[in-house]
Amino acid sequence: MQVIKVEHLSKTFDGKADRVHALGDISLSIDEGEIFGVIGLSGAGKSTLVRCLNLLERPTSGNIFIDGKNLLQMSAEELRRERTRIGMIFQHFNLLMQRNVIDNVCFPMEIAGIKKKDARKKAMEYLKTVGLLEKAKAYPVQLSGGQKQRVAIARVLASDPRIILCDEATSALDPQTTRTILELLKKINRAYGITIVVITHEMRVIEEICHRVAVLDHGKLEEIGSVSEVFSNPKTKAARRLILTRQSELLEEEISREAEDESI
Amino acid sequence: MKVSDIISMLWSGSQETLLMVFASTLAGYVLGLPLGVLLTITDTDGISPHPVLYKILDLIINITRSIPFLILLILIQTFTKAIVGKSYGTTATVVPLTVAAAPFIARMVEGSLKEVDHGVIEAALSMGARKITIITKVLIAEARTSLLVGVTIAFGTILGYSAMAGVVGGGGLGDIAIRYGYYRYETGIMLVTVLVLVVLMQVLQWLGTLVSKKLDRRRG
Repeated sequence: MQVIKVEHLSKTFDGKADRVHALGDISLSIDEGEIFGVIGLSGAGKSTLVRCLNLLERPTSGNIFIDGKNLLQMSAEELRRERTRIGMIFQHFNLLMQRNVIDNVCFPMEIAGIKKKDARKKAMEYLKTVGLLEKAKAYPVQLSGGQKQRVAIARVLASDPRIILCDEATSALDPQTTRTILELLKKINRAYGITIVVITHEMRVIEEICHRVAVLDHGKLEEIGSVSEVFSNPKTKAARRLILTRQSELLEEEISREAEDESI
Repeated sequence: MKVSDIISMLWSGSQETLLMVFASTLAGYVLGLPLGVLLTITDTDGISPHPVLYKILDLIINITRSIPFLILLILIQTFTKAIVGKSYGTTATVVPLTVAAAPFIARMVEGSLKEVDHGVIEAALSMGARKITIITKVLIAEARTSLLVGVTIAFGTILGYSAMAGVVGGGGLGDIAIRYGYYRYETGIMLVTVLVLVVLMQVLQWLGTLVSKKLDRRRG
């Protein structure tokens, strides 16, 4: 079943001097329970695309259906309700800095009007899921980037979402931490069956967790298909360029590993 | 004048001043805080952009802030009289002090709230938070340290204004300083009065800084 359906989505930003066509006529659909990746270089429009999926950004034209309901025809209140089931995690985590970890996780439940006692109990469960139980009383400033992102994931789970949107969720993290966060997302996808949309400029993120991928370049959808399909047989220049970058990355990693081995 | 008289005069003057300053700061925030919130959310990158309303509020605030306090004090005398029944004395001074403080406070509140990371506001929006929730639990809660620093500054400014009110018989320490120091050339009393004002200012500043630091969780 299709959870997300995007039809002829376009977004133009009107600057003072010029117009920027961030997205042009994008159509795609995302199935229930899948991890869907959107990859592209910076400026490709992928962030704009994911921000359109919960209308943080309003498209200039086109339609967005979540569970068959058109977001663009909803009233403000209907949209607000719909958003409570579409979680989002961000590159810079966006935690409330003046609240400790558990109160951050409780925030979506406060919005939903869940009783404080029940909310705290649930929050502890979510913190257990992300492996941060011992940090419940810590403040964000005391946490590392990876820990902050895990708090953000626990917070997103607290809203009991059907969909999680990840806007460059691992881009501020080192490779090792990126891996643990991706593992966690995979686990959540399997355990709760939550549909996940991942926006990234890193090929390895797509390789690691995505089922299908869309390649975005200059606001246009260049290619869409299963990860293995797109990676083994890229049809467009944009996709080939991304794969070449990834290959040279892998080569570099290998060389530096060899250099390390030699030095030992 | 006996020393004990001077002390009791300064004591009641301090009480009057503190009362004026506290009452005006409180009333100033009752008006200024919602105004500051309104300025923040109606600005182009706010959560309820409304350029026309923003422009109007912006203009009103700029106009009131441009009027020197001493002039404002005299300008609104009829208004003051209508509200508290007379246009001089400690209670009456609270009215012009509030009118002068509110726009100034609104600006400071706006400044504090706009320091809140836009990403956190977006996160709250993405969770489907209501606007009122974003205002209270994100904007105000996240900016609380900065808001409290603002309260301290407001206190200080209003304390300064309240001394000026002495010129028109406003009561309090400023009144004493002007009556004795200026009209009667009793420099001694004036200096002592100023000293009391300095001490008051220091204590308020120290308290404000202490509280806002205590409440800040952004330090490790």
